[in-house]
Amino acid sequence: MPSPFVRGLKCRLCGARYPVAAANSCAEDYGPLEVEYDYDAVGEALSREKIEARPFTMWRYQELLPLDDEPTVGLAVGGTPLIKADRLARELGVARLWLKNDAVNFPTLSFKDRVVSVALSKAKELGFTTVGCASTGNLGNSVAANAASAGLPAYILIPADLERAKILGTSVFGAKVVTVRGTYDEVNRLCQQVAEKYGWGLVNINLRPFYAEGSKTFGFEIAEQLGWRVPQHVVCPMAGGSLIGKIHKAFQELKTLGLVASAECKMYGAQAAGCSPISTAVKNGWEAHRPVRKPNTIAKSLAIGDPADGYFAAKLIRETGGWAEDVTDDEIRQAMYLLAKTEGVFAETAGGVTLAVTRKLIEQGRIPRDEEIVVAITGNGLKTQDAIADVVETPAQIAPSLEAFAAICDAPAAEPALV
Amino acid sequence: MPVKVQIPTPMRPHTDNLATVEVDATTVQGVLDALGSKYPGITPRLFDNGQLRRFVNLYLNDEDVRYLDNLATPVKDGDDLAIIPAVAGG
Repeated sequence: MPSPFVRGLKCRLCGARYPVAAANSCAEDYGPLEVEYDYDAVGEALSREKIEARPFTMWRYQELLPLDDEPTVGLAVGGTPLIKADRLARELGVARLWLKNDAVNFPTLSFKDRVVSVALSKAKELGFTTVGCASTGNLGNSVAANAASAGLPAYILIPADLERAKILGTSVFGAKVVTVRGTYDEVNRLCQQVAEKYGWGLVNINLRPFYAEGSKTFGFEIAEQLGWRVPQHVVCPMAGGSLIGKIHKAFQELKTLGLVASAECKMYGAQAAGCSPISTAVKNGWEAHRPVRKPNTIAKSLAIGDPADGYFAAKLIRETGGWAEDVTDDEIRQAMYLLAKTEGVFAETAGGVTLAVTRKLIEQGRIPRDEEIVVAITGNGLKTQDAIADVVETPAQIAPSLEAFAAICDAPAAEPALV
Repeated sequence: MPVKVQIPTPMRPHTDNLATVEVDATTVQGVLDALGSKYPGITPRLFDNGQLRRFVNLYLNDEDVRYLDNLATPVKDGDDLAIIPAVAGG
């Protein structure tokens, strides 16, 4: 039975409406399609109390996700911690700072589990029997794992130069992994051609309108975990430029439904200097980004040179009064290390990008030091260990003797000695 | 041998449901003009006031024409021009 909460698909440019189907582009102007809801119906079905009574997964906001029936894939996804990061806040010289930590999302340790569980549940509703995606790594991990648990064969197309952990972490689930000699943008273009030729359910291509909605749950959770209110500032990594918009959309939907009093929040975008089409557009006041042919950064999960949602991300940043910045590979490594040392959170390179940009925006005075800041941590450092290997201290190696230990130990021995 | 144009699914209602169309031209702009002459319904969907629409990408032999010479990029017999709506990634 069709969802009573979903009206259909709507073009983000011209507003043309379409029925629910595996389609991503408007037939009039090729603008991206987005799910349209009946917020009156959702409002009657949802309340804070109802949401709070449900299990703490992303599905507690089910009425705001585009499925006709109960979800069938990724039932345990979401419900990640919002950490009050006081030690990091002191380090950055700000009063109130939180980390929304999807580095521990289930099952594949990135926010992509949120989008994939919606996309694959929808793929099954639409009758697809083979699924796949183009990926910079995390999405591939998630599609492969969730497809395995759903018993769906999966094809994952990735750039050949991805981190070993991300390739292995896809292959292990039995997915057919295809490494392509080219940039992510070339992989994505190929994947669109594959979608047309083979009729598969490719989560970020023909299932994109449904897939992208899953990211809203990152924002719903932030607002609920803050006690049903939105923070004043959110800093978000940008690859394709979709997540930042969906977090803000989540806040707006909660406001529309009366679940939060205000949705006012300045949105900030973070990119790596080696691939910064959106932040460059924001800083130069361009309406649209200029694509980057050959991205070059350790933040490979963000290395999308031609982000199709870049136009919308730049517009959102301008309209909310936020800003965007980009940081060097060295700043990214230092920020990963700082986050780990102060908060015990090992984020992937994208997390280093987001924290380093946060620090830069605070130092520039763009983000005030006395207001509430949430930093989006979207992936896990165990997947990008090579990037930080040269920064962290090499462990001392000693013989198994107390004398050898004492020689390398900075701390004074306790008196009297514990014997 | 003319240039082969790949038509994306949402555009096919305007090309008699053909997935590929062959036209003769010397530049990418010329290819799109020739395509529009054969199938007039295409032109307003590709262009808005003479500008290529924001979410239309063009690939000449698998290379994005924005990294070549955009619409002025020369084409030759046997080339392949793919019209693909822009889709974000992950």
